[in-house]
Amino acid sequence: MATTATPPPPQQTPAQPHGVARSRGLFEREILSRALPEAFLKLDPRVQVRNPVMFVVLVGTVVTLIESITSPGVFDWSITAWLLLTVIFANFAEALAEGRGKAQADTLRRMRADTEARRLRPDGTEERVGAATLAQGDLVVCEAGDLVPSDGEIVEGVASVDESAITGESAPVIRESGGDRSAVTGGTKVLSDRIVVRITAEQGQTFLDRMIGLVEGANRQRTPNEIALTILLAVLTIVFLPVVVVLEPFGRYAGASVSVVVLVSLLVCLIPTTIGALLSAIGIAGMDRMVQRNVLAMSGRAVEAAGDVQTLLLDKTGTITLGNRMASSFTPVQGVDERDLADAAQLASLADETPEGRSVVVLAKERFGIRERALDGGHEFVPFSAITRMSGLDVGSRQIRKGAADSVKRWVAEQGGSLPEDLDPAVERISRAGSTPLVVADGKRILGVIELKDVVKTGIREKFDEMRSMGIRTVMITGDNPLTAAAIAQEAGVDDFLAEATPETKMELIKAEQQGGKLVAMTGDGTNDAPALAQADVGVAMNTGTTAAKEAGNMVDLDSNPTKLIDVVEIGKQLLITRGALTTFSIANDIAKYFAIIPALFVATYPQLGALNIMGLHSPQSAVLSAVIFNALVIVALIPLALRGVRFRAAGSASILRRNVFIYGVGGIIVPFLGIKLIDLFLVAVHWY
Amino acid sequence: MGFFWTIVVLVVVLGFAWRFLGSYMAAVFDGRVHFLGWLERPVYWALGTGPDHEQTWKRYAVSMIVYSGVAIGVAYLIMRIQGHLPLDPQHLGGVPQALSFNTAVSFVTNTNWQNYGGETTMSYFSQIGALTVQQFASCAVGVAVAIALVRGFARRNSPTIGNFWVDVTRFTIYVLVPVSFVAGIILVSQGAVQTLAGPATIHDALNGVTQTIARGPAAFMGSIMQFGTNGGGFFNVDLAHPLENPTGLTNLLYIVLTLSIPVALTYTFGKMVGSIRQGTALLAAMTIIFGVWVGFTSYAEHQPNPAVAAAGVANTHVGNTEGKEVRFGDTSSALFNVSMTQTSDGAVDSAGDSYNPMGGFGLLTGMMLGEVTPGGTGSGLYTILVYAIVAVFIGGLMIGRTPEYLGKKIQAKEVKLAGLAALVMPLTVLVLTGIAVSVHAGQAGPLNKGPHRFTEILYAFTSQGNNNGSAFAGLNSNTDFYNIVGAIDMLLGRFGIMIPVLALGGSLAAKQVVPPSAGTFRTDNGMFVGLTIGVILIIGGLTFFPAASLGPIVEQLSHGKFF
Repeated sequence: MATTATPPPPQQTPAQPHGVARSRGLFEREILSRALPEAFLKLDPRVQVRNPVMFVVLVGTVVTLIESITSPGVFDWSITAWLLLTVIFANFAEALAEGRGKAQADTLRRMRADTEARRLRPDGTEERVGAATLAQGDLVVCEAGDLVPSDGEIVEGVASVDESAITGESAPVIRESGGDRSAVTGGTKVLSDRIVVRITAEQGQTFLDRMIGLVEGANRQRTPNEIALTILLAVLTIVFLPVVVVLEPFGRYAGASVSVVVLVSLLVCLIPTTIGALLSAIGIAGMDRMVQRNVLAMSGRAVEAAGDVQTLLLDKTGTITLGNRMASSFTPVQGVDERDLADAAQLASLADETPEGRSVVVLAKERFGIRERALDGGHEFVPFSAITRMSGLDVGSRQIRKGAADSVKRWVAEQGGSLPEDLDPAVERISRAGSTPLVVADGKRILGVIELKDVVKTGIREKFDEMRSMGIRTVMITGDNPLTAAAIAQEAGVDDFLAEATPETKMELIKAEQQGGKLVAMTGDGTNDAPALAQADVGVAMNTGTTAAKEAGNMVDLDSNPTKLIDVVEIGKQLLITRGALTTFSIANDIAKYFAIIPALFVATYPQLGALNIMGLHSPQSAVLSAVIFNALVIVALIPLALRGVRFRAAGSASILRRNVFIYGVGGIIVPFLGIKLIDLFLVAVHWY
Repeated sequence: MGFFWTIVVLVVVLGFAWRFLGSYMAAVFDGRVHFLGWLERPVYWALGTGPDHEQTWKRYAVSMIVYSGVAIGVAYLIMRIQGHLPLDPQHLGGVPQALSFNTAVSFVTNTNWQNYGGETTMSYFSQIGALTVQQFASCAVGVAVAIALVRGFARRNSPTIGNFWVDVTRFTIYVLVPVSFVAGIILVSQGAVQTLAGPATIHDALNGVTQTIARGPAAFMGSIMQFGTNGGGFFNVDLAHPLENPTGLTNLLYIVLTLSIPVALTYTFGKMVGSIRQGTALLAAMTIIFGVWVGFTSYAEHQPNPAVAAAGVANTHVGNTEGKEVRFGDTSSALFNVSMTQTSDGAVDSAGDSYNPMGGFGLLTGMMLGEVTPGGTGSGLYTILVYAIVAVFIGGLMIGRTPEYLGKKIQAKEVKLAGLAALVMPLTVLVLTGIAVSVHAGQAGPLNKGPHRFTEILYAFTSQGNNNGSAFAGLNSNTDFYNIVGAIDMLLGRFGIMIPVLALGGSLAAKQVVPPSAGTFRTDNGMFVGLTIGVILIIGGLTFFPAASLGPIVEQLSHGKFF
C-alpha cells in the first residue's frame, strides 16, 4: 500500500464531527490565520537559538540590516528583507504544523465541558460534585445520558457507551465490570443502563488531558534521529562559516573588496536552511499523521522507533483472520448422509447465538436448503459450558450434540456408542488444515464433523509480502495448537508463528528478538499483555483494552484495529525518509548557488570568473539576490511536502534509496539552476534590475 | 614501458597486495601471526603491557598522544644537537629551532613536509634516527588508529578497541620492516644510493669543474617513505633525484609501495568486519576518484601551457614539460604526482608549481578531498570511513530507518564525532590560509604573482593540513611563520581527526549489532559507492570551491595572464 498524502481510506477515517481524527486540510483558513502571526512571534531569538541553522540566518539578517542602515542601497535592503523572510517562512512552516494539532486540541477542550459527577458517599447515598474535584478512588454513578466524569474502572454494572468523543466511532461499545472491558474514559457518554465507576486518574492526568497535550505537542521533545540530524546540520553550518569568512581576506589578498552583504548571502545560501527550516515541522507533522489514523503516540520517539521495527508480532484473531471461525464444510462418517449431518448440525446450533453457531445454520441452509425451523414443544436447549465443551438440544428422545472431538467422543462412549473408524482421520485432517473440527452426534451415534474455518482477511497476504520486502519479519501469535497455527500461518503468508502463546512465551519471544538486536512491535489489549507491551519497542494498545495495557504501551489505537500496526510502521518510515530526502535536497542545492554567487563575488577583480556564470544571470547583484530569493521561496514550496511526508512505497531498501536519491539528490542539483535563472529573469522583467 | 602497461602492472601488483597483504594485516592485528614473538615480547615487557591488556578508546588515545608527543620531542632534540652526534660527515651543525619543530611535527604526523633541503641540512644521524624512524612509527600509528576504528565495527558490546602499543609493535615488525627491507634491496639493485660515506667529489676534467654529488642512506629511506606514505625523501628534490629514483622501474615501485597499504587496508577492513564486499565498496569509491583525477591531471598536463598558447605559439604536441623529468614525461609524472597527493604521501617526481593551472588544480583538489583515495596508511581508511558514516546517515534516513553501518546504529554521538572529524581539516586549512594571506609574514612567502601566489599558499596549508607533505614549491616556507603555523596545521590535521576517530571506534564497539534484512541500507553495492563518492566530492567541493576559484580556476580562465 502506498502511504500517500491523501487522506486515509474511509473505513479508517470516521466521518464523525467530534473525533480527534477529524480530517483537516493542510491549509485550512483557520490554521493559516493562526499560523501567520505565530510566524512573527517566533522571531524571538530565544526561540530561534534552538535551531542553529535558522539562528545563523537571523544573525546574518541583523548584520545586513546594519549594513543597509549605514550604507543604504536597494540591493542591501532587498537582501535584508529576503533574509528576514527566510526566517519567517521557517517559522511559518513550524506554526502551520503545530496549528493542526492546536485546532484539534481546542475541539477536545471544548468537549471537556465542566461535567458534574454523582459521587457515592460511603453510606451509599449520592452527592453532586464538580468533575474537577474528583480524586483517585472515588466511586461515581453514571446512568443513561450522563457523561463519564473522569477515567475509571467499572466496578458494578454494564452499560453501552458512546466513545465517539475520543475515537470518532459512533457505534456504541459495551463496557462492563470485571475482565478486559471495564475501563471507561472521561468525556464519553453512557447511553444505557447504570454503572458504578471507580476513578483511576488524577485530575489533569486523564486520558483526555494527555490526548490534548499530545495533539498540541505541548512538551514535544526531539527524537533521537532528529537530534542526530540537527547535529549534522550544525556541523554543516559551522563548516560553512569559515568557508565564507575567509573569503574576505582571500579577496583582499587578490585585491578585491568583498561586500559583507554578499558574504552573508552566500553563507545563508550554503548552510542547509531548507531542511533546517522544515525539520521541526516534519516531526510535528509525523505525529499528526498518526493522529489522523486515530493512533495516539505517547512520544515522537515511539513514532521513529516504528520505522525501525524489524519484527511485528501480530495477534492472529482480528489481525490476520476475521476473528470468527465460520463453518465451511460437513464431513459425514461412513454410512451417514451429508444432508442428515447438516440437518443435525443445524438443529444443534439453532440456539447457539455465537458467530460460529450462526455460521453452521447458514451453511446448512446454503448447502441443502435446510431452513431454520420453529420447533414444536418438548425440546430443550443445552447451552455450551466450559465443563462439557458441548452444546446442542434435546428434542423428544433425540439428544443432539456438537462440540470438541474429545468431549463428544467421551459423551458417546459413556452412552455405550461406538466410534466410527473414519472419525479420527477426518478430525485430524481438519485440524491439520488449520480449521477447528466440531463433532456432531445424535445420541450414541456419531454423524460426522463440521469444519470451522478461520477466515484469513483478504489482502493480508499482500500486506505481509510488502512487509517482507521492507525487511520486516511478521510473527503470528495464537493460542491455537502448532498444527492449526502452521496451517493458518501458511495461508496468511506470515514468516513465523508462536502457537499456544501465553503472555510469558510472548514476552520471551520479544526478549529473544531484542537480544538479537531487533526492534519489536506488537499490539495488545488485555492486562496480561501489559508487560509485553512495555517490553516491546513499539507497543500499540487497543483503546478498548484495559487501563493497564494502555499505560504500558507507547501508542494507543483509538479504533482498536490491530491491523493498523502496519500503518504505524509505514508512518514511522515516512517520517525518516522525509527528513533524509529534504536534507539531501538542501545540500544538493548548494552547487547551483555557488555558480550564482562566486562569479558575482569576484567578477570585479577577476572578470574571467564570469565564465563560471553558467546560468547567464543578468548582473552580479541580480545573481546574488536571485539565489537568496530562491533559498527563501524553496522553503515555502516544500512546506506541503514536509507536512504530508514524502511519498512512501513499500519496497526493498535499494529501490527506495534509488528513487529518493534520484528525485531529491539529482533533482536537488537541477532545480535551483532553473529556479535561480527564472527569478533572475523575473527581476529583470519587472525592471528591478 | 608504455603508460598502458604501467597501469596494467600497477593494477596486477596492487591486486596482489590488496588480497594478500590485506589478509596478512588482518591476521597480524588479530594476533594470529607469531613468528617474531621473541621480538614482540621484550617490547611488551619493557612497556609493561601486552596483547591481553585491552584498552578503552580513551586509553588508546592517551597512549597514542603520549607516544607521538615523546616522538616529536626526541626528533626535535636529535636535529637540534646533530652537530654533537655522530654521522655528520659534512659538519652541518644543529638545525634551527623553528625548522626542527616543523620537521619533527612533520615526520611524526606522517606529513613529511620539508622546509629544508635534506642533503644540505640533515646529518645522516638525523636522517636515520629522527626522520626514518618516524617514517616507520608514524605509519604504524596511522594504521593502528584505523584498525581501532575497524574493531569498533567488528566488535559488539565491547568496552575496548585493542591495545595501541601492541598494534604499533606488531605492524612495525611484521609488516613495515620486512617489506621495506625487501623494497630497499630492489631499489639498491636499480642504482639507488645507500651509503654512510659523505658526498662524493668529482672532478670533471673535460669542463674543468669540480662537482659535489650528495649521497647518503637514500634507498632504504626511500622504501619506507613510500611504503609508509610518508613522502619525505633524502634529497631536496625528492624522487625527482636520479640517485633516489634511478629508473622507470623504481618510479613504478615507488607508486606501488605508496598505494599498497592504503589499498590493502580495505581488504583488511572487509576481513575484520566479516564481509570482503564491504571493503571492496570502499576500494571502488577510492579507485573511481583516483582514476578520474589521474585522467584529468594527465589531460591537463598534455595541454600546452595556457600562457604559451595565448601568446600564439604553435602547440608543440608535447604538453607542458616545464618542471618535469624528461625521463618520466607528462603522463607518468601526472600519475606519480596524483598518486602521491592522494595518498598523503606527498613525494613528487615533478614540480607541481610548474603544472598547468588545471594540472595543479588536480593535485590540490586531490588533497582537498581529505586524502581518502586511497589516502595515507591508516588515515585513508579511517577518513573514508568517516565520510562513509555521513553517507550512511543521509542515505539511511532516506530508506526510513535509523541509519546503520555494518549493523551499528549511527546516532547522535556518531554523527557528532564523524562531523567533527570531517570538519577539522577544511576548517584548519581555510583559517590558516586566511591568516597567512592577511599577515605580512605570510604574504612574504610566495615567489610568484597574481592568483598563482595564492595557490602557493593554499597548497602549502592544504598539503600540511592533510598530512600530505607534497610541496607545490614556489613558496619560501622556511621562515618562523610558515614553520610554526605549518606545524599547527599538521598537528590539527592529524590528531584533530584521530581523536574523534578513536572516540567513534569506542562508541561503535560498545553497540549492539542490528541483524541485516531486506530493509537494511546496503553498504556493499554500487549505490553506496556512488553515495560515498558524492559525499566526498560534495564536502570537499563545497568547502574548497570558493578558495579554489581564486587560485587555479581563475588562473586557468585567465589564460596564463598572470604569469
